[in-house]
Amino acid sequence: MQDAEIPMEFAPRHAQISEDTEPPINRRFGRREVAKRVFAKEYRESNLTFKESDDQYAPLYLLTPTGAKCNRVFIVGTLTEKEDIGAGAEFWRARVVDPTGAFTIYAGQYQPEATRALAEIEPPQFVAVAGKVSVYDPGDGKITSIRPESISVIDAESRDIWIMETARHTLERISTIGSEDPDAKKAVEHYSPDREYYKQMVLMALMSMTDKPAEEKDSDKGGFDVIDLSKI
Amino acid sequence: MIKEIAEQLKTRFSEMDIEVPLEEIESKLDALINEYRVPVDEAKRSVVNQYLRKSDIPELVKIRDIQSEGQWVSLKAKVVQLWTSESESIAQAGLIGDETGTIKFTKWAKSDLPLVEEGKCYMFKNVVTDEWQGRFQVNFNKNTEIQEIEENIEVGSSVEEITGAIMNIQSGSGLIKRCESCNRALVKGSCGEHGKVEGKYDLRVKAVIDDGKIVQDILLNKDTIETLTGITLDSAKEMVAEALDPSVVLDALADKLVGRYFKVQGPKIGRYMLVEEIQKMPVASDHEIKELIAQVEAL
Repeated sequence: MQDAEIPMEFAPRHAQISEDTEPPINRRFGRREVAKRVFAKEYRESNLTFKESDDQYAPLYLLTPTGAKCNRVFIVGTLTEKEDIGAGAEFWRARVVDPTGAFTIYAGQYQPEATRALAEIEPPQFVAVAGKVSVYDPGDGKITSIRPESISVIDAESRDIWIMETARHTLERISTIGSEDPDAKKAVEHYSPDREYYKQMVLMALMSMTDKPAEEKDSDKGGFDVIDLSKI
Repeated sequence: MIKEIAEQLKTRFSEMDIEVPLEEIESKLDALINEYRVPVDEAKRSVVNQYLRKSDIPELVKIRDIQSEGQWVSLKAKVVQLWTSESESIAQAGLIGDETGTIKFTKWAKSDLPLVEEGKCYMFKNVVTDEWQGRFQVNFNKNTEIQEIEENIEVGSSVEEITGAIMNIQSGSGLIKRCESCNRALVKGSCGEHGKVEGKYDLRVKAVIDDGKIVQDILLNKDTIETLTGITLDSAKEMVAEALDPSVVLDALADKLVGRYFKVQGPKIGRYMLVEEIQKMPVASDHEIKELIAQVEAL
């Protein structure tokens, strides 16, 4: 499992994003990046990217509104759509939905394992995705997506564990808003996040586990996430 | 600024029973920082090391506290394991441990030091810390003194625990062959020490687990893999024989492990945690969910 980089000239246009060009073995930046846990809504609303050095192999970070400094993320949700949008070579765009929104993921020939997995998985299905942050700027604002390193079909239980874990981590970050934590400070300067808004997002995610649609358990549809907004 | 650092160092020295006049420390720091333009941290380290060496009482530290390279320290430790030396310039290498953990040591042939024995405890005076591939180790050199000591040191098992999701399984996992004489994993049918050998089959998984805050490399052995995944050494051999491709085992293991949550426990040896116990992480109870909801609302 290596982090292959997409040579710009070969990548489809929508993949020509501010790429994180981590080489297979990142000698200069030794440590493997931690996979951050972030809900889709917060991930979507993120647009602050930066590198911590001028080196071309320096990892790219996306800072989220509550101050998660992400280079790698781990997400779990329902794969609801997939489409091969490649011209010639396979290039998949897929949507993974959590209780707060959707993640977009793109996988092409440089993500062979993820591409193979996507070709096989028929939505809807619970999936776990580990991947790198990707940001595309068409000019009128940045669009965040994920370049997957691995995609696995998992069960509803793993999905619930992820929601609990992500809720806890998000909560910890919300409580650092306004503190001296450097990532939190940076996030405040850039986004001026509304704590209440992100609290509601976490609540929405947690409530989705208590208000399970009654038919979900027996349905063979793989358990679509249905969020009844009126109950929140 | 120099005065402050000098005072800090003086206090540190007196704690170690080394008395040095403040002016002397100051002038040394001043020369390094202002004249030679050495960065402050380097200057501090240089002065500390000078006196430690002079005083012949390098700081007696615990293994857990070794967190930087190039420090002269002394350790009281037990030789836990001796490894067959990889090169002629190395007299002995292996692991030493104290109650806080274990660390790799290298004893250079040039150092002309007595041989140490597994299971015996020693006072290692004047060893140098070093870092290689993100791990700390200690090197014994000409200035090192080794004395056997009577007391028995209980080596801390330093069992750690992490609960997280497995991010990936690395190559070298699955059905592998090991050398019969030294147990090393064979690479393309060859042992690093004994060359081309027949080898014996084994199951192993090298993986990365991540809890969103830290990343840990883990090693799963045959027994753990068999109990957890139901894939046994025999069934793995059959799978390979049928598919004519050893990677089928790796794929099957990845299917059962990657993207899933586990709680793993075991001692950490260098980069890897040798997993002794692994369990699927339980799902949160309704009570836990409600508790977390209450916590969010209270924020």
